[in-house]
Amino acid sequence: MSELSDRKTKSGTTVANARTASPAEKAWEKNTLAPTLAKSAERQKEFTTTSSYPIRRLYTEADFSGGDSARDLSFPGEPPYTRGIHPTMYRTRLWTMRQFAGFGTAEDTNQRFRYLLAHGQTGLSTAFDLPTLMGYDSDHALAEGEVGKCGVAISSLADMEVLFEQIPLADVTTSMTINSPAAVIWAMYLAVAEKQGADWKTISGTLQNDILKEYIAQKEYIYPPEPSMRLVIDTFEFGMKHTPKFNVISISGYHIREAGSTAIQELAFTLRDGMEYVEWAMRRGLPVDEFTPQLSFFFNAHNDFFEEIAKYRAARRIWYKAMTERYKSTNPRSWALRFHTQTAGCSLTAQQPMNNVVRTAIQALAGVMGGTQSLHTNSLDEAWALPTEFAATVALRTQQIIAHETGVTHTVDPLGGSYFVEALTNEVEQNAWEYIRRIDAMGGMVAAIEKSYPQREIAEASYRYQMAVDKKEKIIVGVNEYVTAEKPIEILQIDETVAHRQAARLTKLRAERSSAEVERRLQALRKAAEGKENLMPFIYDAVKVYATLGEICEAMRTVFGAYEEVSVT
Amino acid sequence: MAKEEHMSEKKIRVLIAKPGLDGHDRGAKIIARALRDAGMEVIYTGLRQTPEMIASAAAQEDVDVIGISILSGAHNTLCPQLMKLLHEKGMEDVTVLVGGIIPEADIPVLKKSGIAEIFLPGTSTQEIIEFIHKRLTPAH
Repeated sequence: MSELSDRKTKSGTTVANARTASPAEKAWEKNTLAPTLAKSAERQKEFTTTSSYPIRRLYTEADFSGGDSARDLSFPGEPPYTRGIHPTMYRTRLWTMRQFAGFGTAEDTNQRFRYLLAHGQTGLSTAFDLPTLMGYDSDHALAEGEVGKCGVAISSLADMEVLFEQIPLADVTTSMTINSPAAVIWAMYLAVAEKQGADWKTISGTLQNDILKEYIAQKEYIYPPEPSMRLVIDTFEFGMKHTPKFNVISISGYHIREAGSTAIQELAFTLRDGMEYVEWAMRRGLPVDEFTPQLSFFFNAHNDFFEEIAKYRAARRIWYKAMTERYKSTNPRSWALRFHTQTAGCSLTAQQPMNNVVRTAIQALAGVMGGTQSLHTNSLDEAWALPTEFAATVALRTQQIIAHETGVTHTVDPLGGSYFVEALTNEVEQNAWEYIRRIDAMGGMVAAIEKSYPQREIAEASYRYQMAVDKKEKIIVGVNEYVTAEKPIEILQIDETVAHRQAARLTKLRAERSSAEVERRLQALRKAAEGKENLMPFIYDAVKVYATLGEICEAMRTVFGAYEEVSVT
Repeated sequence: MAKEEHMSEKKIRVLIAKPGLDGHDRGAKIIARALRDAGMEVIYTGLRQTPEMIASAAAQEDVDVIGISILSGAHNTLCPQLMKLLHEKGMEDVTVLVGGIIPEADIPVLKKSGIAEIFLPGTSTQEIIEFIHKRLTPAH
């Protein structure tokens, strides 16, 4: 029964190296297994993960004793960090419970932030609305109908000041989910921190700032790749000098997975994105050991418990190898991959929404068993709207139950040494490297994106998954099986008064600020954008005199142009 | 048999469109491909289309069906705008479908504006294909 050669599966992944069963295992197959199978066949011919990766009946030492398992496994807090980046993990400090929140105006979201902090949340995470994410002010024509809907509307420093009112940025770490206009929003955040008297050298938080996955998956881009990458590297350089504790990027697989990728694609594309940023920064002349400790990662936690855990463990190992072997890093702080986890929004159903609490709990548990540094748990009403206060509270409580009641935090890497988990970690890693090398051969991730390669791979996987669901090859409880009639749940409604309030505030702002000074600083930014200087100081200067997000992004758009993708369907 | 005859006469033409600023196109792409696999002629607009762009693309391509994918919550603003434009262009015969995250309370309002059907998360591609065939097959 041993599988002696690699085989290609439907999803194009390679499975299993040479596997030699022990004499004892062979005896078990003959004496115990065979008679059982003769009596009753298994439920399915093939068992696969959520990502359609094939899973074997039984894993034994034969599945992971190959290679150098002692080196690959090692100990927690030591390379290659398979078992975690800290020697004591959650015995010393639990993960940061960081619920993504944002809706309506800055006042609305400020209230939700303070509510969450009062209920035991330990960090903040800001969701911005679509106009903000696309670099438009709330009163722009294209913002119509979208203001405050998917997150909070932030058009200027004035909004940012309200957003963090009575929240001490010196103590609270904040994550900001913003990409194309990341440099502008970050400048606003730093300006608020400065006004509060917080020291830039000690404040901490995370800027998502991951433009590559926007081209690949989430599609919230403004400029073409080249100037976008320049802006990202500008923030790296600025952060290295001025905010050494701030994570200047959160290299994200989350959105890649939500767009329909497999776990392996999520892992491979995300880590290859990370390598792309490192390479662009090194080409700028930034010393690898100085900027890389400020890079962080962000992964999805989907339903398939073990596949997800294997993914996180493999991610740490790949990053360690890339940093030391590819980039010759000598700083251990650059080697350890730190990551945030969010449970999979795309796995949650509009049908029977209470079931989502269960899904989220299992996904969150995978994130914890995989050694996450921070965690967002989705709310049960995810498939309907932004969460109500009730739904957001249940989601936070889910994390607190895992942290305080389950006991999984008591020992480091509780699944380490499991035949299945170790074998799967190895296989996931090996498959991810295959993708990474394919992208290398294309000339890197920017080149691959321009060829629509990752976009096409994801579209394929996503279609395959949907077909499997439609054919009931994959069962989704409450959707294609166990369906019941049900009543609508209560959801959060954002009305159009948000847009009106925002528009009024912008009119007032434009009347009260010094227009001449704003124009002077925008002109300086445009001029700098035409050259090669780091744009962060120019953006910061413009923000300080209340130039709006839309004005600043437009100033750069006149120099950089706008990006239009070639749609892959 | 009737269905096959109908299809061999003329392929059903569908415009799949993403209005608004949202870039989440997983659903739009799956629908575009599933309808194409079901034998329809599918045009995908790409991202960030205004109602004006969608209406004029629909007119230019002479489509039978417009499928709007919207997940951002802007449907109450964008869908009525599109319906008004189609009305002005005399395109009431085009079947307009909406797929995405639409609160139950908004569904009657959208239907009243002339949208033929709203498909919520969890809808299978087969249901949508069947709906289109049923709607476009002339009654005997």
